[in-house]
Amino acid sequence: MAKLIDNVKNFVSTKILKKTHKRENIKSDYVLETKNLGISFGGLKAAQNINLKIKKNEIYGLIGPNGAGKTTVFNLLTGVYQPTEGTFYLCGEELTGLPQDKINHKGIARTFQNIRLFNNMTVVRNVMVGLANQPEYKCSLLESLLRLPRHFKNEKAMRQRAKELLRIFDLEDERNNLACNLPYGKQRKLEIARALATNPKLLLLDEPAAGMNPNETEDLVNTIKTIRDQFDMTILLIEHDMKFVSGLCDRITVLNFGTVLAEGDTKTALNDPEVIKAYIGG
Amino acid sequence: MSNFVSKLKSFKWKKYINYVAISIVILVFGGLSLAGGLPASTVYLLEKIAISIILAVSLSLVVGFLGELSLGHAGFMCVGAYLGGKVAAMLAKTAIGDVGKGILVLIIALIVGGACAGLCGFIVGLPALRLKGDYLAIVTLAFGEIVKVLFQNSSAESFGGPIGLSTPRFDKKYLFIIGFLVVLLTLAVIQNLIKSKHGRAITAIRDNEIAAKSTGINVTKYKLTGFIIAAVFAGLAGVIFSYSQNNISSATFDYNYSIEILVMVVLGGMGNINGSIISATLITFLNVQLQNVLKGDLAVLKDLLYALILILLVIYNNAPALKNFREKYNLGNLWHKIFKPKHDPANARDDAARWDVVPTKISMDEVLSTDVLIDTTGDNSADIGERGGNK
Amino acid sequence: MDFIITLVNGLSLGGIYAMIALGYTMVYGIAKMLNFAHGDIIMVGGYTILLFLPINPVLAIVAAIVFCVIVGIVIERFAYKPLRGSSPLAVLITAIGVSTLLQSLAQVLFGSAPKIKQINLGALQLGDLKIDYSTIITLVCSIIVMVVLNLFVKHTKTGRAMVAVSEDKGAAQLMGINVNHIIMVTFAIGSALAALAGLFYFLKVQTMTTTFGALPGIKAFTAAVIGGIGSIPGAMVGGLLLGIVECVCQSIPELSSYTDAIEFSILIVILLVKPTGILGKKRREKV
Repeated sequence: MAKLIDNVKNFVSTKILKKTHKRENIKSDYVLETKNLGISFGGLKAAQNINLKIKKNEIYGLIGPNGAGKTTVFNLLTGVYQPTEGTFYLCGEELTGLPQDKINHKGIARTFQNIRLFNNMTVVRNVMVGLANQPEYKCSLLESLLRLPRHFKNEKAMRQRAKELLRIFDLEDERNNLACNLPYGKQRKLEIARALATNPKLLLLDEPAAGMNPNETEDLVNTIKTIRDQFDMTILLIEHDMKFVSGLCDRITVLNFGTVLAEGDTKTALNDPEVIKAYIGG
Repeated sequence: MSNFVSKLKSFKWKKYINYVAISIVILVFGGLSLAGGLPASTVYLLEKIAISIILAVSLSLVVGFLGELSLGHAGFMCVGAYLGGKVAAMLAKTAIGDVGKGILVLIIALIVGGACAGLCGFIVGLPALRLKGDYLAIVTLAFGEIVKVLFQNSSAESFGGPIGLSTPRFDKKYLFIIGFLVVLLTLAVIQNLIKSKHGRAITAIRDNEIAAKSTGINVTKYKLTGFIIAAVFAGLAGVIFSYSQNNISSATFDYNYSIEILVMVVLGGMGNINGSIISATLITFLNVQLQNVLKGDLAVLKDLLYALILILLVIYNNAPALKNFREKYNLGNLWHKIFKPKHDPANARDDAARWDVVPTKISMDEVLSTDVLIDTTGDNSADIGERGGNK
Repeated sequence: MDFIITLVNGLSLGGIYAMIALGYTMVYGIAKMLNFAHGDIIMVGGYTILLFLPINPVLAIVAAIVFCVIVGIVIERFAYKPLRGSSPLAVLITAIGVSTLLQSLAQVLFGSAPKIKQINLGALQLGDLKIDYSTIITLVCSIIVMVVLNLFVKHTKTGRAMVAVSEDKGAAQLMGINVNHIIMVTFAIGSALAALAGLFYFLKVQTMTTTFGALPGIKAFTAAVIGGIGSIPGAMVGGLLLGIVECVCQSIPELSSYTDAIEFSILIVILLVKPTGILGKKRREKV
């Protein structure tokens, strides 16, 4: 019973904390800035003291051995987990503690390590879901229910925009197929297209090249570069393929056991003796 | 004029086939009824069918499109029936009772019943939608039972208590017409919702809640919207039900009634509104007919049949071992082969997310949405996404 | 004095709930499904006992257990096993179908009229206290069952295999555990417990209908959730707690007609405040 009461107290207090925590805005030259970001599950520190500074238009890599806490960092940045310590800022605006959908509205979009598409929807609809929150397609529930002109106008515009996005990824011909029927590589691309549809400032890619053959990987390198140039995008990605990382990333951070092991421009960081030790063991 | 003709030609009849069918039913049977050519049993059957369609289509929104199992649909109907019925009974004695042969009272009753059921949907949904799958099913089931008990224990003056509430009267000739008009309203609201960006958000939540959140969808808002809309229409069905009976007792709206609605939705193909309409009509028709044929204990044979059909259909549609068989002998494919030789997949697919199989989204491991799970004081760290390793 | 009687009655009813809740919780823990038809197995057990009681009471109990186990295994084999690996919602709907199937089958066979059979085992007189022997037997038997089940899970090979399967099906399979076999055993044990619960519940209500198992079934599920679904001690604690709550509510005249509503409200509150129950474990989805 005492435990139950404790749980209620905890539940209530976390709710209040979330509401009273005042988010501050800072002046920042960086698209993403994290300050001592960390999370612990019970006694286990899954990530701690993560300080990232990502400049505009940068392609930034987050690497590290399995279980180093890379995906945890992504989960923190997108609100899947709430950090237990530290803060993070997007273009100087603090986003710590916001729920996932709000963080997406503020401008962080992501893909998932294990692909998460809307499997029973068509490809074009997957992208249209991402477009739905854009201010230019604003249309209230009532307008949709009454089928007012704005509904039809927006639907048409969204479909058009979705097609354009799909064209970039060479998926236009697949637009009326169900997402689950796409081959693996195309599913990964569709996930990126869906993330881009939400018009983010920062794009997080979780192992975008996983499971791809060398040709597809090379293709992906070019696509990501195109995205950066065309959309004026900043990209943070997790990847295990070192060739991919060194061919694509401007700078990287190496994580191990939830802490930063090394950071800097790709070549230097990769040749850091600590990093080599962490990867090879020793 | 030519403009009008060309518009008529480009009008996509197929998209509106269900509206057209319901309208024809209203015109034909309504005409017959006004001419005095319909026996009371047919009128009763039509009322029942209208009620079932409203219930099935609205539950289809929750189960088929939102992907959550609600076992308390009869509970929302109960709220609508009691409150709508009570308001109507009260108003019938006042001055507006006779306006338009009581039609004004009926409309007010519908509004009150729908609104109260919707409010209940909100009250239950707001906390309950944090839960998923089995847990939500159980909470909705518990809600239905609680509503039943509360009305059963109400005082005789308020809601009649165990004796039940004597319900308002309305000309039997017209009631089913009102019922089918509400069916049209249900279809319009739910279909328009589904075929809009809001509906896409709802189906996205069904397919993958975590991805939906990361794509900027306010999951709570949309789940609640779907839940409330379904509850409102269950309430409307309840009001019509209370008008169609002489006396309602809360025992009618039990768990088995919720299951019967669920059977209609599953038989019609989850996420298939026209399917729900057809199966609701068929099952209600059979129910009423079998009631006359099967007397006494044999009446239960129909339940036996439904249960068997439900089990076989779900296994057929979902069993992993039957996947190849399904793809080979798909009824849908057969339909297309026979009737649409030049089937254009682009149009068909684009129209609605095809989805006749039960969703694969809810897993037992996702008992809770993630935001509730983030309990940083917890001691269970074994199955967290990525771990910091052992130090 | 009244309070002690209420408490004993509550514990005895709680014992019945706990026995049923154990079936729910074990199946949930191991097959990861909510066996909606579990309550109706109780009904099957009840009818079997009623059928064989004129011949011999012991035979009736044995027959009920054997028959329930067979029914449980058949249901698992033909209704649930084909759906293993498909969506939980599909399994849940099938379970609901099985529940309706059993109820209507019973009605076809036995009719819908309630069958009443008075069984009076006498009462224990302790000063002012008068407690029915059936209540005491129920309480003692349920405690024995719980202790035996705990020992079984902790100390036998099959029991430990069950724990392993509930932790991680895939890993258990890799360790050479026959998962299908374990799931079948779980259903068998759950059904046997349901048969016993059917016996004791019949001793309590002395009336047999086709929906005999529905209410104790749902309440036992409530108990399982309150205790933390998937946890065997949780089911016991939850069952006893719910039994006491029910008897206390029924002993207060103003509350007695709201008993069911109160119990379901407790369920809702528990699910909202601590969905994992008193002794349950958290599960997380990997993102």
